[in-house]
Amino acid sequence: MALKLVFLGRLEDAAGEAERKVPLVATIEEVFAGLEPELVAALRADRVKLAVNGVLVRDLDAPVLRDGDELAFLPPVSGGAV
Amino acid sequence: MSGVTNSVDVRLVTTAFDPAREIAQFTAAHPAAGGVVSFTGQVREDSQAGGVEALELRHYGPLTLPEMEKLAATVLGRWDLEGLLVIHRSGTMQPGEPIVLVAGASRHRRDAFAAVDFAMDHLKSESWFWKREKVGGRWRWIEPRHEDFEDIRRWQ
Repeated sequence: MALKLVFLGRLEDAAGEAERKVPLVATIEEVFAGLEPELVAALRADRVKLAVNGVLVRDLDAPVLRDGDELAFLPPVSGGAV
Repeated sequence: MSGVTNSVDVRLVTTAFDPAREIAQFTAAHPAAGGVVSFTGQVREDSQAGGVEALELRHYGPLTLPEMEKLAATVLGRWDLEGLLVIHRSGTMQPGEPIVLVAGASRHRRDAFAAVDFAMDHLKSESWFWKREKVGGRWRWIEPRHEDFEDIRRWQ
């Protein structure tokens, strides 16, 4: 019973890896409780969005997590040069 | 909307593509269009010391292409186009390599100009890509620029 966390962009550096399996828990808060405090601070930063199974979540309290769910943490997109 | 004759082709690619070839095929596929407008974005060649050695774009499979397709649908709903082509790279690119191609074919030029401009502003500011640059042998993530939000505000 596990969740898959995906760290996009600079969050990959904060996590030290692009993906991580964690034990299944019911809420995002419980996921955060099991992570390094520095990483949690980066994930909670303004404008970091969360997608659960590819669907953007507006309220961190809303989802009830299930076995195999994929949680993607999405920092602001880069825009860029052109 | 021009109904059944318009077509949309949205692609997320992980290997190099040839913009000239794509534009030629797109143009040939839309003989009813009076004109084709295209924009190609490429990795900047930086001759100065400390220039960018490589660019990497990352995407997130469940979101990136579906959102590009939604953007294309918005563009088709807003301007009268015969066709719309959007190709965006992901992965590691060298200076001079194409990153993005947007082309619009329309009966009247203003629709194509505006549609491509709108699509580029929204691709840049809102599409799910994260970018990092290699400078002096070290990779660093690129943060959003204020100008990108200014660009998109033009359309609101």
